[in-house]
Amino acid sequence: MLIETKGLKKTFKSRGKSVEAVRGVDLAVKEGEIFGLLGPNGAGKTTTMRILSTLIEPTEGAATVCGHDLAKEAAKVRRDIGYVGQHGGTWGEVTAREELVLQGRLYDMSKRRSQERAAEVLESFQLAEYADRNVKTYSGGQKRRLDIALGIMHEPKLLFLDEPTTGLDPQSRAHMWDEVRALRDRGTAVFLTTHYLDEADALCDRLAIIDHGEIVVEGTPNALKRQVAGDVVAIGVNGAPEGALALLRGKDFVREAEAGEPDPATGIALLRLYVDDGAAAVPELLRALDAEDIAPASIELHRPSLDDVFLKQTGRSLREEK
Amino acid sequence: MKVVRDTWLVYARAMKLNIKQPVWLIVMLVQPIYFLFLFAPLLEPMDGMPGFENGAMETFVPGLIIMMALFGSAFVGFGLIAELRQGVIERMRVTPVSRTALMLGRTLSTVTTTLFQALALVLLAALTGRLDVYWPGVGLMLLIVLLTAFMLAAVSLGLAIILKSEDAMAPVINTLVQPIMLISGIMLPMIMAPSWLQNVAEFNPFYYAVQASRELFAGNIDSPFVWQAPVILGALTILLVWWATRKFARAVA
Ligand SMILES: Nc1ncnc2c1ncn2[C@@H]1O[C@H](COP(=O)(O)OP(=O)(O)OP(=O)(O)O)[C@@H](O)[C@H]1O
Ligand SMILES: [Mg+2]
Repeated sequence: MLIETKGLKKTFKSRGKSVEAVRGVDLAVKEGEIFGLLGPNGAGKTTTMRILSTLIEPTEGAATVCGHDLAKEAAKVRRDIGYVGQHGGTWGEVTAREELVLQGRLYDMSKRRSQERAAEVLESFQLAEYADRNVKTYSGGQKRRLDIALGIMHEPKLLFLDEPTTGLDPQSRAHMWDEVRALRDRGTAVFLTTHYLDEADALCDRLAIIDHGEIVVEGTPNALKRQVAGDVVAIGVNGAPEGALALLRGKDFVREAEAGEPDPATGIALLRLYVDDGAAAVPELLRALDAEDIAPASIELHRPSLDDVFLKQTGRSLREEK
Repeated sequence: MKVVRDTWLVYARAMKLNIKQPVWLIVMLVQPIYFLFLFAPLLEPMDGMPGFENGAMETFVPGLIIMMALFGSAFVGFGLIAELRQGVIERMRVTPVSRTALMLGRTLSTVTTTLFQALALVLLAALTGRLDVYWPGVGLMLLIVLLTAFMLAAVSLGLAIILKSEDAMAPVINTLVQPIMLISGIMLPMIMAPSWLQNVAEFNPFYYAVQASRELFAGNIDSPFVWQAPVILGALTILLVWWATRKFARAVA
């Protein structure tokens, strides 16, 4: 195991008020995997990551990172990990090359070695063209690539990436995913946070969902989705959904049903039904609604997504949070 | 040694940033130059009066240099706040870099620029031809400038770590630096002050810095201020650098 944590807690105290940012996180990350921490804003993702990368001390709990005890061997942990913060780590009147060479030297590389490695990294992150320009002139995507390049200068065993793709356009995101996969294929384990469902699903080998400072579930994306049995049918109805919800809940092939609030703009409320066999359920559902003179505004059948996993565990949708 | 090597790396980065922004080095000289040309002439009739026994300009210019060292270094914390906000410090704190070096490297770059500014100011003042300079004394005076800058840069960086915002930092620095400057006798010698104010001044380390600079400038090497100032400033510098380093090591930024 590359990371093992036991009951990590972090309580921030500021101006007499205390915030329990992380309350009892148990995680295990294996060698060479991409592990994702998925959760809404304020869930405690960054705090967990900053604890694991030695930036802050946990209020309670213990962890080993790359085989070193976090509390007693922070210096050894630092040698083995790379860390890329949510808002990056460069700024202003410095060039990418200068920062990369310095970064390597902070990890005790010789000047020569650091220069060679910087050239290598600049090349692989397609930054060579801008290498000698001041960072303040970089686009968001270029800057994000530099942030990650800085994190891997010393070829860490484990790389922490806090929201690596937030703010990137779809094309840069796809590029970034490729970069992260390439890192894994070269043997670097990646621990990343995200609040994008598709990113967690497509990129992560395993993931944990975090909400209000607690891990809700952990597993591979497929295993998590399998927990939400069968298929999901989403039906839009006009106005208050309670009547339709009660009606459909009564059907024996509906395992679970939930209703959202009506959308203020369209007046349509969304019902989510979890059924064993979606294709067979749809005609039955339509018939049942028709018998009560309820005309559905929309109907959609899909395989469960990570959002359904989140919804089932927390009763809220990750999508609505944004 | 790792601390030395890391300090050098952090120092080199900070110096590179300074050199890329040469405007600032000059801006810091503008205020003392104004004082030199627009205020110092007002003091010339005081030549030889109590407090000005060494000559009016010979009394004013050394004080002016200490003032510049004071202001130049007390504000370096602002640059650190910007870097904290941009995640630069956090990025460095996850590397194995020595925590002491993170603080010392930055402090030493401020010391370097301040020494250059002090030297520039002495040369400029000498070029006006209105004062006598005792050059061997100037060398020792630069040591006092060094300690002043070292100490205040460390305080400023430590405060920046604690306060984390420019808005909180500006009033604190001003509240701290203004009275220190006024009761150090920079503008007018403290001998002109009422006795209660003179007594207060004796607890101000920069009063000794200013007095020592004046004596050195005039060549009075055997004045007690000449040894008192480095001892007092040196002890305080060690204490405050230790304090700021601790803040750096534990900073939750
Ligand atoms: N230094 C701090 N002092 C006080 N409260 C803090 C501090 N850092 C984080 N918190 C609080 O802890 C909680 C968790 O924050 P954290 O940054 O870990 O969330 P996150 O999951 O990374 O969110 P986001 O997706 O917005 O980045 C939040 O309520 C936040 O306000
Ligand atoms: Mg975060």
